[in-house]
Amino acid sequence: MRWSRDVAPASQRTLLGSCLLALVAAFALLLTGSPDEKRISIYSTVANYSLPVVERNKQDYVGLLEVLEPLGTVSAKANGPRWTLRYNDAESEFTPGKAQARVRGSDFVLPANFLLENGRGLVPVPSLGTLLARILGGPVTFNQNARRVFVGNVAVHFTAQVDKSTPPKLVMNFTAPVNPMIATEPGRLRMVFNHEPVVAPGSSTLTFDSKVIPSASFQENNGAAEITVASSLPLMASFSNNGRTITLSPPAQPPAATTGTPTPPQNQTATTNPVPALLASTSSPALAHYFAVIDAAHGGEERGAALTNLLPEKDVTLTFARRLSQELEARGLSTLLLRNGDTTLTTDQRATMANAAGAAIYIAVHAASQGNGVRLYGALVPAGGENHAPFLDWDTAQRTVVWTSQMAENSVATELRSRQLPTRILTAPLRPLNNITFAAIAIEVAAPTSSIEQLSLPSYQQLIAIAVTDGLAGVREQLEAGRR
Amino acid sequence: MIPRHLIIGVTVMVAVVLAMSFYAWHMRGGAAGVETAASAQPVAPPVTGPTEQVTLCIAYDDDGILRARSARIPLPAGRQERAEDLLRALLNIYLDKNSPHPLGAGSEIRGVYLVDPGLAVIDLNSAFADQHRSGVLVEELTMASLVQTLAANIPGITRAKILVEGKDRDTLAGHVDLTNFYDVAAVTQLVSQLQSVQ
Repeated sequence: MRWSRDVAPASQRTLLGSCLLALVAAFALLLTGSPDEKRISIYSTVANYSLPVVERNKQDYVGLLEVLEPLGTVSAKANGPRWTLRYNDAESEFTPGKAQARVRGSDFVLPANFLLENGRGLVPVPSLGTLLARILGGPVTFNQNARRVFVGNVAVHFTAQVDKSTPPKLVMNFTAPVNPMIATEPGRLRMVFNHEPVVAPGSSTLTFDSKVIPSASFQENNGAAEITVASSLPLMASFSNNGRTITLSPPAQPPAATTGTPTPPQNQTATTNPVPALLASTSSPALAHYFAVIDAAHGGEERGAALTNLLPEKDVTLTFARRLSQELEARGLSTLLLRNGDTTLTTDQRATMANAAGAAIYIAVHAASQGNGVRLYGALVPAGGENHAPFLDWDTAQRTVVWTSQMAENSVATELRSRQLPTRILTAPLRPLNNITFAAIAIEVAAPTSSIEQLSLPSYQQLIAIAVTDGLAGVREQLEAGRR
Repeated sequence: MIPRHLIIGVTVMVAVVLAMSFYAWHMRGGAAGVETAASAQPVAPPVTGPTEQVTLCIAYDDDGILRARSARIPLPAGRQERAEDLLRALLNIYLDKNSPHPLGAGSEIRGVYLVDPGLAVIDLNSAFADQHRSGVLVEELTMASLVQTLAANIPGITRAKILVEGKDRDTLAGHVDLTNFYDVAAVTQLVSQLQSVQ
């Protein structure tokens, strides 16, 4: 009997276990979030944005303040039993638990009661079309089924036609630049427009007189539009005309990697930016056209080398990367900074982002306490790996464009040496250089003298940044031609 | 009432367990002391037997270059043992107080495994990697020195792989990639780049 005193009855243990299990499940759900979260998208001339939709009393609601904030000056306050909203110079009043409201001095009836939760005013989603039109004082089109709100005349239209060249191409022209998420699946290519007000053509299904690309369909749902292109061959997407034209076509010919010898890049116009199938095997954003992707090495928890007790490598690389970006931009060479803060990125993430950008050159920035001057690195491509078009081996993707990288290195080195900066050109097993599908180099900056503190001197970094910019600008055309 | 012989038996057993525990604890402390003392010392190559002329590829931090240096060291007959002794001879130079490319105290080559066809696996201890200085060039000098010393003296090596404590590791010290297999031909080209200051 004495032993049984501290032991809970079986029913209590079961109850306790169930509670714990429920808590763990609830916590896991909170962490992961729901993959099918309802969203609503608002498109306007000011901003395109997406907001979460919440369900109350079996009705979809959205925060009215969040809807209006990007569109103008908006404020809200609880005024006795009423919730008063001021948008620019117009005032609206809502009463929690009531459907009656006053908007711009006129009565307005919501399809369901207005709700106030922790100072946040929620309105039923079906009311948005008329409510926003009243508050904003302008035309608003609301596609309720897809939860897409168009404020003013912002819709982006598109045409699609198959060019019967060999191989055939589907050319899609949009009335404004677009930047969809692209994913390839067996037998189709999907483009999801999360932030663009792309609207349906005359018919939701388009058919083409082509065996390779027989049809395309348009659908919209949960605040996004999607174009699905059916195809009998894998397709690659190319962007041109400042993002207004997307061309889908099967890969023209196997790249030189299959022959094992580096070859000049394929003929492409400077404005063409294909998304490689390597990346399209999973969803990947097709980013805007950049000349250079600049990657400040390390960051976040990964500090890199301790250059001094107080100076981690990650800080120097970020400062220099920003300086280099400014120099390139000043020359009209657009850049994408992979890391523009103290964030942790894996080398795989860096490579994926860089490859998705489809830029002309990737530049990794490192800093070191050993030696002086600047060291330029190309990839020491690891052993093994086979590249079969259209797919590239992840670890040896750089192999096909090594000569372009070397050309960039030589040009940059010439400029650095002309400024009396000690410069070496080397190869290195330095990820993610070997994973990049276009020209890729790494710059390791060391102090000009034995004093490591001089590494942080703005004048020294500026001198290097200008030389690197001059070097890259000198081979701009060749690099642009090598875009994948 | 518990029988008297049972009480005596249990008491004796408890005493034996306590005595053995104390003895084991004492022996363990002694063994750890011996291991610590030994690991702080560079591993010396065998001092007996006939010596052979080998080429060691040595890193020099001052100029950031590699230089080939001939040396005579005693080497065993087995191919794998020769590979291990070669790298340990190289390590002795790096662990010396006048090292041209200092490595952290306690750095060791745990083993070298020659796997046909042409693969050499170099297993470093954790002190080697954990205490290695961080930087592209300084890490690259170490990697190239190890791989090239093996390739220059052990015929038939075409690929090399570096492990740490028998496991894959992302980088040596934050830069040089250890996840992939090195192509020895590519490393040889790198070594020729590293032999000149440019």
